[in-house]
Amino acid sequence: MDARRGSEPTPVKNRTTVERKSEREFVVKRTFDAPARLVFEAWTKPELLKLWWAPKSMGMSLVACEADVRIGGGYRFVFGLEASKTMAFFGRYIEVTPHSRLVWTNEEGGGEAAVTTVTFEEKGGKTLLVLSERHPSKEAVDDAIGFGEGLRETFEQLDELLVTLGASG
Amino acid sequence: MLNRMVQYTKARLDASFAALSDVTRRGVLEQLGRSDASITDLAERFHMTLTGMKKHVGVLEQAGLVTTEKVGRVRTCKLGRRRLEEETGWLERYRQLWASRFDELDQVVEELTRKEKVDGRKKRK
Repeated sequence: MDARRGSEPTPVKNRTTVERKSEREFVVKRTFDAPARLVFEAWTKPELLKLWWAPKSMGMSLVACEADVRIGGGYRFVFGLEASKTMAFFGRYIEVTPHSRLVWTNEEGGGEAAVTTVTFEEKGGKTLLVLSERHPSKEAVDDAIGFGEGLRETFEQLDELLVTLGASG
Repeated sequence: MLNRMVQYTKARLDASFAALSDVTRRGVLEQLGRSDASITDLAERFHMTLTGMKKHVGVLEQAGLVTTEKVGRVRTCKLGRRRLEEETGWLERYRQLWASRFDELDQVVEELTRKEKVDGRKKRK
């Protein structure tokens, strides 16, 4: 698949934008220079998903990639971090409309699932992809962003201070 | 110079420590983590006088844990800049993940397009 890269001029990459739509929803947008039929194919065949879902440039790799893309079908992506550490993401497809719409649940967090909706909109041979992630609550978003972690850090600093005060007092 | 820095850091930590040593102020921070609120809202929620709540918010503000903004007659409290910085940083990492995924997806889609052209030509022959 990589054989011809480099011998052809590199096209300018389309821009990826992210927007926080509401307290619970994030929207990612990107245009692809291909018909929706092909972009959709790359989202629904495990052997193709495997090629791009864990970007090498981010230092990621997939150790398992299963996707049964039909209503009620399950998926499971397992990322390899270090040799022994893996992280699994899984859920079910709840809407599958060929070439235009995919909706799935994200159940790895336990509790109420976040829902991801992807739409493929073809215009003049190009495809606008819009992905939206809707979280069950603002608290779930805060956890994802790591605000909890930030506050924990403050408390850790205070713990250290207490030790210092104890020692000098 | 270094001593100054240490003193400054210590002062900041003292302020944070003092701010967080009170159960009501910790409650206020948790509350603001869920949503912004006016001093009146906070006073009601914690069964307190306006003056009492103003003092608590003042301490949190001094420690940089909370910022307030007065619009008309209402003073709205929100978590300090730290939260914003975290959110901005997180959003950028999130965007980078999707951007790098999509750059690799470009190549997959390109290859599918090429294959389709070749297959189409074969079929026509």
